[in-house]
Amino acid sequence: MHQFLQQVFSGVAAGAIYASVALALVMIYRATDLVNFAQGEMAMFSTYIAWTLVNAEVPFWAAYLITLVVSFVGGMVIERVLIRPVENAPVLAAVVVTIGLLLIFNSMAGWIYSYTVQDFPSPFPDRPLFGALMTTRDLGVIAVTLAMLVLLFVFFRFTATGLAMRAAAQNPDSARLCGIRVGRMLAIGWGLAAAIGATAGIMVAPVLFLDPNMMGGVLIYAFAGALLGGITSPVGAVVGGLIVGITENLVGTYLIASQLKLTVAFALIILVLVFRPNGLFGTAIVRRV
Amino acid sequence: MEGRITAIAPGGPAADRYAGLSFTAWRWIGTLALIAFAAILPFRLSNYHVFELTMVMIYAIAVLGLNILTGYNGQISLGHGAFFAAGAYTAAILMHRYGVPYWATLAPAALICFVLGVLFGLPALRFEGPYLALVTLAMALATPQLLKYFDTWTGGQQGINLAKPMPPPWLAGLGLERDRWLYFVAFVVLLLAIRVAANMLHGRTGRALVAIRDQPIAAAAMGIHTARYKTLAFGTSTLFTGVAGALAAIVVGYVSPEGYSLFLSVSFLVGSAVGGIATIGGAIVGGLFIQFVPNLANDISDAAPWALYGLAMLLFMYAMPRGVVGSLGPLINRAMQRIQQHRAAFDTSAEE
Repeated sequence: MHQFLQQVFSGVAAGAIYASVALALVMIYRATDLVNFAQGEMAMFSTYIAWTLVNAEVPFWAAYLITLVVSFVGGMVIERVLIRPVENAPVLAAVVVTIGLLLIFNSMAGWIYSYTVQDFPSPFPDRPLFGALMTTRDLGVIAVTLAMLVLLFVFFRFTATGLAMRAAAQNPDSARLCGIRVGRMLAIGWGLAAAIGATAGIMVAPVLFLDPNMMGGVLIYAFAGALLGGITSPVGAVVGGLIVGITENLVGTYLIASQLKLTVAFALIILVLVFRPNGLFGTAIVRRV
Repeated sequence: MEGRITAIAPGGPAADRYAGLSFTAWRWIGTLALIAFAAILPFRLSNYHVFELTMVMIYAIAVLGLNILTGYNGQISLGHGAFFAAGAYTAAILMHRYGVPYWATLAPAALICFVLGVLFGLPALRFEGPYLALVTLAMALATPQLLKYFDTWTGGQQGINLAKPMPPPWLAGLGLERDRWLYFVAFVVLLLAIRVAANMLHGRTGRALVAIRDQPIAAAAMGIHTARYKTLAFGTSTLFTGVAGALAAIVVGYVSPEGYSLFLSVSFLVGSAVGGIATIGGAIVGGLFIQFVPNLANDISDAAPWALYGLAMLLFMYAMPRGVVGSLGPLINRAMQRIQQHRAAFDTSAEE
């Protein structure tokens, strides 16, 4: 029983990270109807920036803030410079561009920082909690994810920019007629997603260790989480990410060998799409003919 | 995807005559010249270059398969590497365990991949655009793991070594040794694949697939059985890719899980997009891109070859969002029309 609870709790901690990346995916999907295949690699690159800063003796939370700002600006620049030219091109062109970005970030990170696995410091002390069911580090990761979710909710619900972003995503033409700069909103969406991804990367790096391929598996679990929750729903992304994290841990412990972990994610995605194509919280997309 | 259906009338109006021959005749002459060129080429190149060109043709078959699905039917797949692997392992296991001759493995590989494709295509009916891309991406990631896991069949991490097939003795007597023989095997399969794809895509089925891609609801309203055609597209597409996989296993003489990573699937999609998504000729450009651009990138920069490869992808997409053949094809057509108009004007002025 104790082992079971332990697996559930560490699943929650892993799930919190998947939830953050899933959140980033949902952000971009809602804003642009585009799946950003480079999301994980962008997060990995941001994590390297934080790592460089921490190694240069910058205090952890200051390094974190600087990374957030750099990632936000970087995300905006990528949208304006690289994604915009294919905004109206066939869907496939946009998909290929984000895959190209994935390769570029991965290769650049390997080139600049080498493929050696690096230690990444955790901002949270590693002490057992609740009779060793979880650690303070897990708790810290969960707290950061929750805080991010609340901030996002507040941003979208109560600020003028948040409202404008929702309008731009829902109906770009009408939004433009109301005087909303749709292009700028898209850029902000990418910036926010990059910042969320950076947070996820920094939270996951102490556990997985930092290397250029760190986010590959995380991205798939995040996709699975986003789909499970419904790719249009931020709350769904968080719940979906948590469920995927717990399932992954339990299945890995009790059912099958851990080398098939990705296959489990794949099976989960198929099951969700077959039985609940809109996810748990997503709304069906109704199209007018 | 707002692609147009450009129907090039095969015969063309009677006015389409150059030097006394019709447009169709010129097309045939061009095609035959290309085939003759491809048949002479291996005798002028080193063994290694022949091998590279063989791989280009194999990738072209795989990309052609993906084109049927992604280009003509609008279903984006990032997991065709999995079907390529299925074809390759079918061939490898049949040859290695059961001693089946290499040429007899293509048909079983085709059949198995067709069935797998149809089975996968059924749940895929529910997903659109990016969703399908995600599911297939997960499949591509799971492939090497699955291949390693079922190691009694697949040989696990070590993979399976195969003896490279020899040409039939009467041909070896003519000085056609192994690499060139395999080149011609791949060449014949490629020609066959192009013929089959062209027949399918330039007819009723092709129009139905394009209609489903562009206007699914209107297509259904017109009486097209959407689900049947989409599943058919999936099955045919994976059949082509599976045959390519089997050929690759035969030509390379080795299969291992690491050879079928996500990167392979991504390469197919990139090849398809760069070549021209809803074109048959684009598959060959795609095959060239997959085979040569990574090497080229490696030559330019040892440090970050994939960054250059990614950059090449980006530049191609910005310059030609419809791919090389998809973007240049219409230009050439327009140029031909220009020439024709000029000639017509010239002829009339000459008559005066």
